[in-house]
Amino acid sequence: MSAHPDIEAVIGLEVHAELLTRAKIFCGCSAAFGGPPNTNVCPVCLGMPGVLPVLNRRVVEFAIRAGLATHCDIAERSRFARKNYFYPDLPKGYQISMYELPICIGGYLEVLVDGETRRIGLTRIHMEEDTGKNIHDAHGDASLVDFNRSGVPLLEIVSEPDMRTVEEAGAYLRTLRSIIQYLEICDGNMEEGSFRCDANVSVRPRGTAALGTKVEVKNMNSFRAVEKAIAFEIARQGEALRTGEKLRQETRLWDADREETRPMRSKEQAHDYRYFPEPDLLPLVVPRAWVDEVRRGLPELPARRRDRYVRAHGLSPYDADVLTQRKDVADYFEAMLADGAPAKEAANWIMTELLRIVREEKLDDALVIRDWPLSAAQLAKLVRLVQEGTINRNTAKGLIPRLRGTATDPAELVQAEGLGQVSDVGALEAAVADVIARHPAQVAEFRSGKDRVIGFLVGQVMKATKGKGNPQLVQEVLRKALG
Amino acid sequence: MAALHELSLCEAAARVRRRDVSSVELTRAALARIEAVEPRVDAFLTVSRDEALAAAADVDRRVAAGEDVGALAGVPVGVKDIICTAGIRTTAGSKILERFVPSYDATVTARLKRAGAVVVGKLNCDEFAMGSSNENSAYKPARNPWSADRVPGGSSGGSGASVAALECHAALGTDTGGSIRLPAAYCGVVGLKPTYGRVSRYGVVAYASSLDQVGPLARDVTDAAMVLEAIAGHDPRDSTSSPRPVPSYLTQLEGGVRGLRLGLPREYFVEGMQPEVEAAVREAVRLLEDLGAHVEPVSLPHTEHAIATYYLIATAEASANLARYDGVRYGLRTPAKVLGEMYDTSRAAGFGAEVKRRIMLGTYALSAGYYDAYYLKAQQVRTLIRRDFEQALARCDALVTPVAPTTAFRLGEKTDDPLTMYLSDILTISVNLAGLPGLVVPCGVDKGGLPIGLQIVGRPFDESTALRIGAAYEGATDWHRRRAPL
Repeated sequence: MSAHPDIEAVIGLEVHAELLTRAKIFCGCSAAFGGPPNTNVCPVCLGMPGVLPVLNRRVVEFAIRAGLATHCDIAERSRFARKNYFYPDLPKGYQISMYELPICIGGYLEVLVDGETRRIGLTRIHMEEDTGKNIHDAHGDASLVDFNRSGVPLLEIVSEPDMRTVEEAGAYLRTLRSIIQYLEICDGNMEEGSFRCDANVSVRPRGTAALGTKVEVKNMNSFRAVEKAIAFEIARQGEALRTGEKLRQETRLWDADREETRPMRSKEQAHDYRYFPEPDLLPLVVPRAWVDEVRRGLPELPARRRDRYVRAHGLSPYDADVLTQRKDVADYFEAMLADGAPAKEAANWIMTELLRIVREEKLDDALVIRDWPLSAAQLAKLVRLVQEGTINRNTAKGLIPRLRGTATDPAELVQAEGLGQVSDVGALEAAVADVIARHPAQVAEFRSGKDRVIGFLVGQVMKATKGKGNPQLVQEVLRKALG
Repeated sequence: MAALHELSLCEAAARVRRRDVSSVELTRAALARIEAVEPRVDAFLTVSRDEALAAAADVDRRVAAGEDVGALAGVPVGVKDIICTAGIRTTAGSKILERFVPSYDATVTARLKRAGAVVVGKLNCDEFAMGSSNENSAYKPARNPWSADRVPGGSSGGSGASVAALECHAALGTDTGGSIRLPAAYCGVVGLKPTYGRVSRYGVVAYASSLDQVGPLARDVTDAAMVLEAIAGHDPRDSTSSPRPVPSYLTQLEGGVRGLRLGLPREYFVEGMQPEVEAAVREAVRLLEDLGAHVEPVSLPHTEHAIATYYLIATAEASANLARYDGVRYGLRTPAKVLGEMYDTSRAAGFGAEVKRRIMLGTYALSAGYYDAYYLKAQQVRTLIRRDFEQALARCDALVTPVAPTTAFRLGEKTDDPLTMYLSDILTISVNLAGLPGLVVPCGVDKGGLPIGLQIVGRPFDESTALRIGAAYEGATDWHRRRAPL
């Protein structure tokens, strides 16, 4: 299914980002992911009688960071509220969240779509506690509940309905994840559920201003799933609009296996959460001085870094975007520059060699990659060795696995193993003469005007020099000899 | 010489420290007294005999070793069963928590123990502190030691009754709308609801979070001051507890009332008030004047809205606070096939009628479309009520009022009529809404011999002045020395 050109989609996204604080939001339990069930729990996050929440200051700091990085106003006075509903994974029967007075209000993100920058508004960012996790079918008829996640801090980041296409939604989500990763407040892992996204989608005839009936879509656990679910909804709703079928305001679930959304609950079945101010916590007061302090500690964010790479280092916007999506990659790039690698070469080596290995080995699952295949200093040295003509590209690529996990200077390795390329014209002339003698047919072809045969002949010379020949010099000597 | 169970807390602690008596002897005396009178009083839901004797023996060991055992040195006290006690069942007066044994102490329990007190048991109360007569206890109604067919007041009925019956030397209660002060008045003992935020609520089963406060019920003002001093102060586990330092209440009891300005709210002498109650309170006020206080009339014009305001805010908070009793992790669970049925049947079986009534009322008040008209409006009126008190207390050091329109009523007299029951709290509820300290001291009896109380309302965090006024009154009268005829 694809969208009809006369139909425009209106998309807003709600993201839940699990924060990387050491402790939970309202108690001292560890917020770490993945412990044995019900080991990171205490009376507070189990909702035992009489216990009270105490706000983790670090969570507020993370929320301020997120707000400043997305151009929000940080409310001087905000307030927690109780969101009431019954579910076994919700131990108190209410979730402590924020409602009327969130901590961050009214920012925006700038995202790159087809080479153009689009500004997507943010409605709000607020703090809340995560729930536990129900486990079904593991214990006969009974369901079990793991409360390790109960009370892990979340930021809910709500966009304005400013996106019109699947591509914009995808770009927004990737940009947002990139920012929170730069801020080191969330690892952004959608598969593990530390970065979750619900989408609000409606459609309308292009050129009209009134909003169509809104559908909320849940249960997407990858970027691809978000994009596919939105695309599905746009098509489904577009079809309804064309045929005049009435759409229902409802919540739908994405079914990843069948690649479709299906109804979960209608507007009439929607919960009345009966929000009211949380009486167990005082109104949250964030002094200006604290905001300023957090602002001073913010890292350079991806958009700004991207612009700088284009401006100062002459990279293409695309290359700059790839390099800046992750802070650790951008840092790696800058470390190579500091070690004397030219910017464009450094960018190429990172994008073609380094990131390939990183992806293959899923090293980018970590919020910050520490286990690089080789250090920035080593790769910078390799790049320089190629630049200086000491080794050729292929030799350099072949050295990468050998440098892994070592502190070896690539130059020493090249010297010790005699890998330096042959740039001695005399030595090459002998090999060239030999190749010409052995391949009379190709030589004849070349001489009859088929210039591309030179590639084959260069390859034969490279083979004869065990890959160490300086390819440019080889070609020069060959052409002269064939001349 | 007085029997051990007759000693005031202050005197008993002094004797333990002097090694005139051991904590074990005091504890045995309290347990014996409980055994003797409990069939008539029903003040306890759990008597923690073994734990109490072990704690007492520990105090005695420490006294023998010359250690400082704290202000409440080895004295037996009772704790309302809505306050968590590690290892000792805590039911909140409800069937839904019949077998709930907390793994943790409430902060007030821990502080009592740290001050050397020996917890002899858990005291009867209205279910989840919802009630004015203790008849909403899911187990049994506590009874008034002065008259077996009368209520002790609620919700801390067991706390009031146990102190009046000399079963323990002091008790902890909680007060959300009058639940310490009404039992104190009905049972003829001293009761203090501290300023909101003065005492930690951590580990106190929540009824209405913005109103609940823990406080002492005791045989005299000195004992109440000692207990308050032990439990008050900031608790990092309760964000609403105040960081203000705790004064030494005990050393500020002297000084009398000379020069103090006392306000007499005209709205507090209500239509239908039992004449003996009004007469006793007016007589007490005259005595305070004789002692040198200036008394002047004040007005708290929004008083008439207090009950409605309270029953919206308290029930709204309660509807959320009681949601955790869902049968999932602890407490009563009735067998069921599906989740919704488990919630429905567990809560239907576990909660009593009054609790259900308040959950429904509170749920309604918070519902979409009604929030503004009920909950939000109630919060606005609460602000007006608080301002009434601010204005009155800007001119006066404290206010003096009756505690309840009548003395203790008969068991069963109001159980069929919740609204009449709610009116029992008409003179105490505003003090919770305003977050102020309220002290009750005995100030007379009616012609049936039932106690009458005087309420002294102080400025925020000025428990000292209320206690000083109470001590001065007590010094000039003998009402607090009268003992229930058991």
